[in-house]
Amino acid sequence: MLKIIHVKVNGKEEELAVDVRECLTDTLRDRLGLTSVKKGCEVGECGACTVLIDGKAVNSCCYLSVWADGHSVLTVEGIKGPNGELSPIQTAFIEEAAVQCGFCTPGLIMTAVEIVGTNKQYNRDELRKLISGHLCRCTGYENILNAMERIVAENLARQQKLN
Amino acid sequence: MYDMEQYYQATSVADAIAALGADPAAMPIAGGTDVLIQTREGRHAGCHLVSLHGLSELSAIREEEDGTLVIGSGCTFSEITNSPLLRPHINMLCQAVDQVGSPQIRNMGTIGGNVCNGVTSADSAPSLMALNAVLEVQGPNGKRLIPIGEWYAGPGKTVRQHDEVLTAVRIARENYEGFGGHYIKYGKREAMEISTLGCAVQVKLSADKRTVEDLRIAFGVAAPTPVRCPKTEAMAVGRTVDEALVKELGQSVLTEINPRDSWRASKAFRLQIAKEICRRAFRQAVAFAGGEIHA
Repeated sequence: MLKIIHVKVNGKEEELAVDVRECLTDTLRDRLGLTSVKKGCEVGECGACTVLIDGKAVNSCCYLSVWADGHSVLTVEGIKGPNGELSPIQTAFIEEAAVQCGFCTPGLIMTAVEIVGTNKQYNRDELRKLISGHLCRCTGYENILNAMERIVAENLARQQKLN
Repeated sequence: MYDMEQYYQATSVADAIAALGADPAAMPIAGGTDVLIQTREGRHAGCHLVSLHGLSELSAIREEEDGTLVIGSGCTFSEITNSPLLRPHINMLCQAVDQVGSPQIRNMGTIGGNVCNGVTSADSAPSLMALNAVLEVQGPNGKRLIPIGEWYAGPGKTVRQHDEVLTAVRIARENYEGFGGHYIKYGKREAMEISTLGCAVQVKLSADKRTVEDLRIAFGVAAPTPVRCPKTEAMAVGRTVDEALVKELGQSVLTEINPRDSWRASKAFRLQIAKEICRRAFRQAVAFAGGEIHA
């Protein structure tokens, strides 16, 4: 059974016909080609499919697409700069070597976007807890945490400059 | 694709009640973090779902005039943890639901789902038991209030009728004012973990902070349903807050719980943990209540 939904995806209004049985991961990947959204465990454990819905990180594999009707969805494809540049978050991940195979990276980047969006300071233990919904089998998390710490600090410095 | 045969998005609580009433096979779904994952595992093949997702009627957290805290059943765990209204009064619950799954799961899963699942391992359950929460349930014949102590009917079973919807969790002022509370979850890892055993302790001390005035101890995964320890609680009332009492509490709760052997942990191990985390939760609860434990 198809249902028409209206979703703002990466800032663009989309009108989509989705199956009511469909999860948001499939809709984003197969109907919109947003393949940064990875299919990992598909049971909410690994975090590879993490996207933001109205600014909140959720596992898109445990989220019915019809629930996104009237909401706004953000994926890694939506965080690039006006000329296609990498976001500061992505740059930090690269420079801190927080990426190895890359499969967990888009999900972690989206969680980083949520964390930065709070404009709060977090210590390493708090960050450890905030990324606990992501599994990374390559890095051992240390470089990811280094990148996270750097992003949080950079963001706060930016905020201070603005004020 | 999830293996479901029918899906209906309710537009209101009344609409959901009607939809559930019209279909004996229908199952409510809210946050989806249990139902959808179980469906993915094939547990609800061909299910009929009535979705309560996003109903504004269920999403508020408010305080009534008499101080009763009312948490809409559709509130997510992270909304509860971050609620400026709840934190000063029932921080134990705010911290307990911050130990569910992962941050993403906590952005989706709801307190209503956690309670309606009826499972003994629900992270909110011991705290809600210790807070004497009252569940507000709406059915075709109106609303009824069920004390959480009468809610659980067996493993994964509650007294909620098929066409009833849990609308809110209510916590009266007399159950939080002047109390200190603490929940400890024991699991093999700190995230993405189902509780091996959980213990919530809510304590009120005398004005001089030296004796116990009121005590509630509740466990998850220590019996087929979340349980309180009424005998131990009664024993402690009027007692001096000291090491002897701490020791006795840990021993006494063992006579009131009945954990089982499972692949997660043996009964013997659970009893050992119960004794210890009950003591630790009590110590912390006493500290939160402004007291000190003397040797």
